[in-house]
Amino acid sequence: MLRGHNLMYRILLLVVIAGLVQPVQAAVDGARLYTQNCAACHGAKGAGGVGVPLSLHDFLDSISDEYLRKTIRLGRPGRVMPAFRMLSDDDVNAIVQHIRSWGHKPERVHTAPVFSAQSVKGDALRGKALFAKNCASCHGANGEGGAGTGVTMSRPRNLPILAPALNNPGFLAAASDEMIKATLMKGRDNTPMASFLKQGLSEQDINDVVAYVRAYERSSGAKTAEVLTSESAVIVRESPYSVEETVANLKSTILGNNFRLIRIQPLDQGFVDKGKENKSRIMVYSCNFNFLNEALKVDPRVGLFLPCRVTVMEHKGKVLVMTVNPKRLSAIFNNSELNRLCEEMSKIYVEMLEEAVL
Amino acid sequence: MNGKMIKQYGRWLVVSLGLLCAPLAGADELIMVRVHSTFPETMTTLQEVIRKQGYTVSRVQRVDVGLTKTGYKTAEYRVVFFGKPKEIDELPSRYPKLAAYLPLKVTVIAERDETLLVSLNPILLGDFFLQPELKKTFAAWEKAVRNILDRVRMEEEGLIK
Repeated sequence: MLRGHNLMYRILLLVVIAGLVQPVQAAVDGARLYTQNCAACHGAKGAGGVGVPLSLHDFLDSISDEYLRKTIRLGRPGRVMPAFRMLSDDDVNAIVQHIRSWGHKPERVHTAPVFSAQSVKGDALRGKALFAKNCASCHGANGEGGAGTGVTMSRPRNLPILAPALNNPGFLAAASDEMIKATLMKGRDNTPMASFLKQGLSEQDINDVVAYVRAYERSSGAKTAEVLTSESAVIVRESPYSVEETVANLKSTILGNNFRLIRIQPLDQGFVDKGKENKSRIMVYSCNFNFLNEALKVDPRVGLFLPCRVTVMEHKGKVLVMTVNPKRLSAIFNNSELNRLCEEMSKIYVEMLEEAVL
Repeated sequence: MNGKMIKQYGRWLVVSLGLLCAPLAGADELIMVRVHSTFPETMTTLQEVIRKQGYTVSRVQRVDVGLTKTGYKTAEYRVVFFGKPKEIDELPSRYPKLAAYLPLKVTVIAERDETLLVSLNPILLGDFFLQPELKKTFAAWEKAVRNILDRVRMEEEGLIK
């Protein structure tokens, strides 16, 4: 009997220890997973950067764990935040727990809010007018959100957070009606999001706004979620001229397109001894600084494909002129604001290449 | 489950399926790391680590020079080009279009007193260049880029020397 009790106590003790250890383990894993997957954009402690700040107490107090989980899983198509499909459910939960650890306020125990999945009943048409009057100045006329990626480099951070794109399918899938309603009712301290109850809207007004936001799901597709598709990752043309002549043509084409010539160098420069470079493979670098500024303002990561470059090379008796295809590459940044610039740049590249081989 | 709940789950399912089917950017197409060190320190470590991984740094391109000349106030910004001399020599002979993506590069962006390292995930090149024999090369580059970026972060955090 005593042995039986002993065994029972030991099992109970193990269960209790396991219960205590599990959250610690999750927190450790969550911190590691957060560092690996999120810290580059959101900052080591959630202060924000390329991505929005996550550690604002009022933000954490007003979003559910489910919202965070779905946001990680589905991302925000076309709004920089990628979809982390490769993470397991346990990984996602561990990251959410880690993010939650920033929300603890010393004066009270923090609990993540839970919102009902029920629809909020409202008049979307009436909500549309209220939205235009009260929300559009920050969230855009069609709920497309604030411009830019929120990074320190390209934008003075006079605001702690960018207005989210409410028409984005990722947001709509992650945020329940009740969560949107609660945010409208209470607002979020230390952000530009005010309490619209305090601003004079009634609860029914707020329900109508929620119904309008939810109606974005039925619209034909938000521009903010558009990702460009393109068949080829390389734009290439064949030149009837020699490598030298083609490079000379390119130089005048570059200048004619209001780009500044930066340098011309062999592809293997820096890889072989000076004087031994392969002169039949040449890279021509150029830049249009206004264009560059605009692109970096939208997304500082585009530097990955800067400065603009055309490669001229001889291959099996032919001279090829080629560039990366910005239209194809825009998809990897998941930033719909880059779409126009990438389309424009693809056109410029095609024009430059075609002029150089005319 | 009542009608209202079915409608709710149905809506969630439709949106989720739509999102999963759309040509979205996944999280793995760019490799990004935040380093808790200033820009100059990170630049030095990055170049050392690239060399330790058996790659050659061919050039460091300043992007901010042009920006500041035009009156744009910006933080420090460089692109570090690197590769293996043999690959730079041989791969364009067999796959000429690949030359447009060579050498490999890492973009280095200062963010206050921290530094961001960003690189295209070389495995993505497998979507652009379909020759099966290239998969091994792209996988090796991906491993190298991940190792380089992780190592810089860990060295700067004092986790490894």
